[in-house]
Amino acid sequence: MGTYRRIDVNESSNVSVVRFKDQKIIDPEAIQELGQELFDLVENDGRKKLVLNFSDVEFLSSAALGKLITFEKKSKRHDAELILTNISPEIFQVFAITNLDKLFQIKDSEADALAVL
Amino acid sequence: MSHNDLPRTIQSKLSSSLTAYHDLVQQILDVLTELGWQKSDLFGVHMALEESISNAIRHGNNEDPTKHVLVECQLGPDRFWAKICDEGDGYDPEHVPDCCASENLEVPGGRGLALIRAYMTSVEHSQCGSCLTMEKRIAP
Repeated sequence: MGTYRRIDVNESSNVSVVRFKDQKIIDPEAIQELGQELFDLVENDGRKKLVLNFSDVEFLSSAALGKLITFEKKSKRHDAELILTNISPEIFQVFAITNLDKLFQIKDSEADALAVL
Repeated sequence: MSHNDLPRTIQSKLSSSLTAYHDLVQQILDVLTELGWQKSDLFGVHMALEESISNAIRHGNNEDPTKHVLVECQLGPDRFWAKICDEGDGYDPEHVPDCCASENLEVPGGRGLALIRAYMTSVEHSQCGSCLTMEKRIAP
């Protein structure tokens, strides 16, 4: 478990709650780093219950969506449960347009996610 | 039409770097904000510019530093119009897989074009796919 440049991770009763440090997830280098930090959570740390809290995210590109899709696959492969929360209406629309609201488990709030994990 | 009704135009020749266009996008969003555009419409324009310019740099020009992307915009209080041209060989947008089909949800690629089409009123490809023209009209 190291320090992160792109995310903040807090533990809450065996659940890792992840928040994003960037308000706009656009820069390719930042997206690459973000992906690696997320992947490490399940591949190296062996975390099994994860919440991605999007409350600080104002914008994200399709390249960032691609990393989230890969993260979802890796989580599944490592038997980790993943829930996305606190997604703004604008960002939720991005998920809906690309049908990713069907791929990811999405809850309104962290509390809603913690209740089912 | 008074002088104030004329659309503002912005033209730029960008290098093929995935960090070269963020200032231009911000400049366009700032002008639209001055023209009274609302947050949700600005989000759509931001997404369309982000995806179209990054596609042109990444897929059109293969991030070749000798190639450029030309961006031309017309900005008005109820209309955003942009033409983005790269120096690549073009592509057939009909051959981009439907990223939103249930069997393709986990397949990378194609999401940028789906987002551009969703947020814009009209999208056209020309020059065999190396130019993309898009327009968003909002109720005045």
